[in-house]
Amino acid sequence: MSLGHDILDRLFSWAAIQTDGTFWMPVQASAGAEPVDRVFSFIFWVSVFFFVLIVALMVAFVVRYRRRPGREDAEDSAHHSTALELTWTLIPIAIVVFIFAWGFKVYLDLNTPPANSYEILVTGQKWKWLFTYPNGHVDENLHVPLDTPVRLVMTSEDVIHGFYIPAFRLKRDVVPGRYVKVWFRAIKPGEYQIYCTQYCGTGHSDMWAKVVVHEPGGFERWLDEASNFLKTMSPAEAGEKLYRTRGCAQCHSVDGTGGTGPTFRALFGHPVPLEGGKTVTADEDYIRESILDPQAKIVLGFQPVMPTFQGRLKDQEITAIIEYVKTVK
Amino acid sequence: MPRPVSEGRVATMSSDAVNGAGANPVMGNTLGGDNYLTHGRGLKSWLFTLDHKRIGVMYLVSILSSFLLGGVFALLVRTKLLTPGNSAMMSADQYNQMFTLHGAVMIFLFVIPGIPAALGNFVLPLMLGAKDVAFPRLNLASYYMWVTGAVMALVSMTTGAVDTGWTFYTPYSTTTNTSVIMMVAGVFVLGFSSIFTGLNFVVTIHKLRPAGMSWFKMPLFLWGLYGTAIIQIMATPVLGITLLLLIAERALGVGIFDPALGGDPVLFQHFFWFYSHPAVYIMILPAMGVISELVSVFSRKHIFGYTFIALSSIAIAVISFLVWGHHMFVAGQSNLASMIFSALTFMVAIPSAVKVFNWIATMYKGSIWLATPMVYVLSFLFLFGIGGLTGLFLGALATDVHLHDTYFVVAHFHYVMFGGTVIAFLGGLHYWWPKMFGRMYSDRWGRIAALLIFVGFNTTFFTQFVMGSHGAPRRSYHYLPEFQRYHQLSTLGSYILGIGFVIVAANLIHSLFRGRPAPANPWGGATLEWRTTSPPPHDNFATTPVAGDPYDVEAWRYDRTIGGFVPRAAGDAPAAG
Repeated sequence: MSLGHDILDRLFSWAAIQTDGTFWMPVQASAGAEPVDRVFSFIFWVSVFFFVLIVALMVAFVVRYRRRPGREDAEDSAHHSTALELTWTLIPIAIVVFIFAWGFKVYLDLNTPPANSYEILVTGQKWKWLFTYPNGHVDENLHVPLDTPVRLVMTSEDVIHGFYIPAFRLKRDVVPGRYVKVWFRAIKPGEYQIYCTQYCGTGHSDMWAKVVVHEPGGFERWLDEASNFLKTMSPAEAGEKLYRTRGCAQCHSVDGTGGTGPTFRALFGHPVPLEGGKTVTADEDYIRESILDPQAKIVLGFQPVMPTFQGRLKDQEITAIIEYVKTVK
Repeated sequence: MPRPVSEGRVATMSSDAVNGAGANPVMGNTLGGDNYLTHGRGLKSWLFTLDHKRIGVMYLVSILSSFLLGGVFALLVRTKLLTPGNSAMMSADQYNQMFTLHGAVMIFLFVIPGIPAALGNFVLPLMLGAKDVAFPRLNLASYYMWVTGAVMALVSMTTGAVDTGWTFYTPYSTTTNTSVIMMVAGVFVLGFSSIFTGLNFVVTIHKLRPAGMSWFKMPLFLWGLYGTAIIQIMATPVLGITLLLLIAERALGVGIFDPALGGDPVLFQHFFWFYSHPAVYIMILPAMGVISELVSVFSRKHIFGYTFIALSSIAIAVISFLVWGHHMFVAGQSNLASMIFSALTFMVAIPSAVKVFNWIATMYKGSIWLATPMVYVLSFLFLFGIGGLTGLFLGALATDVHLHDTYFVVAHFHYVMFGGTVIAFLGGLHYWWPKMFGRMYSDRWGRIAALLIFVGFNTTFFTQFVMGSHGAPRRSYHYLPEFQRYHQLSTLGSYILGIGFVIVAANLIHSLFRGRPAPANPWGGATLEWRTTSPPPHDNFATTPVAGDPYDVEAWRYDRTIGGFVPRAAGDAPAAG
C-alpha cells in the first residue's frame, strides 16, 4: 500500500464515527432510513455542485482579476442581465420544488402507519423513557421484533421531551397533555441509541435508552421472560426495577436528596415523624399501607399528594418493593 | 426631503479649512480639528448626545462588549465539551445556564442590534447625505432601552441565571426555578429598542433621501436596513406579547401554555417563532446589504443586478413572516401545516441565492482588491454558501425529521449567523472604521485575523455537521465517547477563533492611537458617506451633497500621494460645494 493510501486510510478511520454507517449517516436499521438517506444524498450532491460552482468562480475571479500594477481598473462589462437573473432564479426554483416534493412524499409515507401495528406506550419524564407493552410490562429500554410495524403512542409526564432514534431516522417531540404517534419497521437486529432531543433540564443529556431489535422469535421470548422478572430476579432486584419503572423514583430519592416525597434512604426500621405529632416506625406494614392508602399517614413536612397504587401493583410487586426499600441504606 | 444644513463650518475633502486646524496633512482628515468626536467634550456630551454618529459609536462599544461576554460563555461551553462525562469545571446545571446565556446574549444583545444599531446608525444618515436620522431623540431612547434591557439581563444572571435555552420553551420555562421573569422582561425591553430603531430608519429612508436619490438609486445597504426595519416593527411586538404571556403564566398562574393549567405548550412555539424566524432575517438582511456595498467597492466595479438584489431584500422580508412553522416539523403540527411551511421555506431560499449569484457576477472582470474588508466578503461567500445550502436539508421534511435538534442545526445556524452576519459585520466594521475614527488599521494584521477567523470557524462548526447527521443531540452536557474526537476538534477551532478576535481587537484599538490618518475616501466608495471628511463633522456635510449612482466607483481613482481615492475628473469634487 502506498504512503498516500495509508495516510488516507488513517484519516478516514480517524474521522469515522463508530456507528457502522457512512461518513455522514448512521446505520440504516429501519425501513424508513433508506428513503430518507436518498433524499439526503440528493440534496448533498446538489449542494456540493452549487458550492463548488460558487467557490470556483470566486477563486477564479480573484486570481484572474485581482488588482495589480497595470490593472488598476475594472474592465467594461454589463451591470445587469435579465436573462442571467431569470436563469439563476428559475433553475434554483425548479430544483427546490423537486426537493420539497420528494421530501414531503417520503415524510408522508413514514407518517402513515400500516394497520395492525404492534403498539407500545412511551412515557417521557425527567429524565428517562418508560416503555409499556400490551401485557402491562414496563421497561426502560425499547424492545421490538424484527420486520414488524411498531406503533409508538407517546406522552410526557412533565415538560416537552424529544424521542429520537438516529438509526431509524425517527424523531418526534413528546408533549405533555397530548398523545403523539409514530411508527417504524426495524430491519436490522441489534442495539441502537435513543436520545432525548428537546432540552428538558439537568438530566437532559442523560435521557438515553436503547432500542433492541430482536431476531425472529427473540422478542416474544424476551417479553415473556422480562414480564416474569418477579420469578427470575431476587425480590430486592425486582423491587428496584419496579422502583424505577413504576413512578416511585420521580418523588422518592434513594440518596437522601429531597423530593416531592420523603427519601427511601435509611428509611426501613427507623422512626418516621408524622403530621399531627405522632411517630411511626417504618416496617413492612407501614410501607404497604403507604403504597395502597397514601393519605393514611402523612410524613411531617410533606403534602398529601401521592396517588394510591391500589389495583396498579400486585401483592408480589409490593413485597418486592418493600424488600428493595430494606436494602437502601 | 433633505433638511437644511447649517451654515458656517466648512468641512470638505478638498477644503483647506480642514487642514487649517493644523493637526495632520492628510486631505479630508479632521483628526486634531473639529469633528463629531471632538464636537462637545466630557461624558455628558456623549450620554445626552442626539448625534446619530455618537449613538452609533456607543452602540458599537456596547454590542461589542456583549459579544465578548457571549464569546467567553461559548469558549467555556466548548472547553467543557472536551470530555464526554462530568467535568470539574462546571456541573450539568451550570452548563445548561452557560449555553442559554451564550445564546441569549449573542442573539438579543449582539446580533439583532449588531449591524443596524451600530453600523446602520452611523452610516445610514451619511449615505443619505442627511444631518441625522428623522427622530434623533427616539434614537437616543432606543439606546437607553437597550442599556436597560441589558442591565436586566445581567441582573438575571446574578440572581439564578436562566437555564431554558434562549428559546424559553414552555412548560420548562414556566416550571424551572431560575430567574426567567427577569431575563424575559429584559428581552421585552430590548424589543422596544429594536422597534425604535426600525421605526426611525423607515421614516428616515422615506423622508430624508437627498435630491437625485430615488428608491432605486439608493445604496443596497439601505435596502437591507429598510427590509430589516419593516420586520423589526411588525414582528417584535409579537415577541413582546408572547413574553408578557409567559410572565403572566409564571407569575400569576394564568393557564396559556402549561397543559397542567389548561394551556397548550406548542402554542408558545408558534408565537415565539412567529417573531424569531423573521428575526433571523433581521440578523442577515443588513449583513447582505453590507456585502453588496463591499463587493462593488473592492471589485472597483458597478454592482451587478442592482434591482434584483434590492427587490430580493423585500422578498425575503415578506416571505420570512410565512415560514416559522419549519421550526416545528417534529413538534406536532399537522402534516398539512408542515407541508405548507416546507414549501414556503424553500421559496425564501431563492432570493438569497439570487443575491449570491449577483455578488459573484459583480466580481467578474473587476479589479479585485484584497484589502481586509474584501477578505471578509470572500469569507462570507464561502461560509454563507454552506449555511444556505445546509438549510435545504432542514427545509425538506424527510431529512429535517432526522436532523432536527441535533448539532447539524447548531452548525447550520452558526454558518448563517456567524459565517454570514458576524463576518459581514466585521467586513463592514473594517470598511467604515476609517470613516468612524479617522484612522487606518494595519491591513496585514486585518487579513491575518480574517484568515484565522475563517479557519477557526470552519474547524469549530464543520465538525458539528458530521456529529449532527450522526444523531448527536444539541444542548447536551454528556455525549457518547464516539463523538469525542469531533468535539475536541471543534473546541480547538473555537480557540483559533478566539485568537482571531483578539487580533482584530488589538489591531483596531492600536489604530486608534497609532493608525495612519485616514483620507476622506480610503476605499473609493461612491456612496455619500465618502464625500465627507474622516471622521465626519458634527453636521455630517458642509453642504447637502447631490446623490448620483451609488455604485459608480469607477469615477474615483487612487491617489498615491494621499493614500486614498479622489474623483477622476479635476474640478469634479462632488462635495466641494
